[in-house]
Amino acid sequence: MWSRNNVVTALAALAAALVGVAIALIFFWIPDDADQGISQKIFYFHVPIALTAYACFGWGALKAFLHLWRRPSGADLESYVAIHQGVIFGILTLVTGSIWARASWGVWWAWSSTQLVLFLVLFLFYSAYFMLRFSVEPGPARANLCAVYALFGVVLIPISFLAIRLANDFIHPTVFTSEGPQMEGSMFFAFCVAWAAMLALAAALYHVELAGKRLDTTLRELRERLA
Amino acid sequence: MSQGQYLAAAYLVVFVVVLAYVLIIATKLVRLQRDVAAIAELVAEREPPAELRAEPESPRPQVTLG
Repeated sequence: MWSRNNVVTALAALAAALVGVAIALIFFWIPDDADQGISQKIFYFHVPIALTAYACFGWGALKAFLHLWRRPSGADLESYVAIHQGVIFGILTLVTGSIWARASWGVWWAWSSTQLVLFLVLFLFYSAYFMLRFSVEPGPARANLCAVYALFGVVLIPISFLAIRLANDFIHPTVFTSEGPQMEGSMFFAFCVAWAAMLALAAALYHVELAGKRLDTTLRELRERLA
Repeated sequence: MSQGQYLAAAYLVVFVVVLAYVLIIATKLVRLQRDVAAIAELVAEREPPAELRAEPESPRPQVTLG
């Protein structure tokens, strides 16, 4: 328990420090984009948040796979918490992306953009995970069902990520190509710091939520034993 | 809206969502604290009073000399 608390504290401190550094870099160091101006600075949080959402869904799927394969205790709960984090970061991706679209393209949403629609499909797929989870009685059957569902969803991640490259989507910009990142070194550095900040934030929130859920389960068991 | 206002709105959304999440977690922690207090009360009710808990001293074996 002592080491777990330390991990959460360290991750929270790291996330706070990295977010602070990222904001300082974005607003005081890197230049404004020549084409989009100041609104392009949304990119430094929007894309890392989207990549973090993918990472959370991927982590949730990995835990689901482990649950089905080796059945370690707590893998189902870890998968659920990771997917919950992914949905939160997914909401942030959709909202910040929508604001950026309005600033850059003049519209809040573009149905013609494959990248946007596929991300929405991925988000809705994992949102439906909670409908499945809370419509089945807790137990091994629910854990297995949820694990299979989480594994199916992970297929959508590479499709969503590669959609823009496969579909010749001219609306949504492609920054990371096979020739590397299409931006200045300082911009790429700020992007990496912002991404590390989002990953640290997601990890801190994941551990806090997981600790809360574990404590909740332990307390419920204690109460049942005492009743 | 200007470009700067859109930028501020995007960053504000991230801040507000993270803040809302932290508030939800804080609410859950308050509930967990209440649960811990309730369980501690249940345990206290089940435990016998201190005077009954103290074990009576076992009589010393008598040793007769000679």
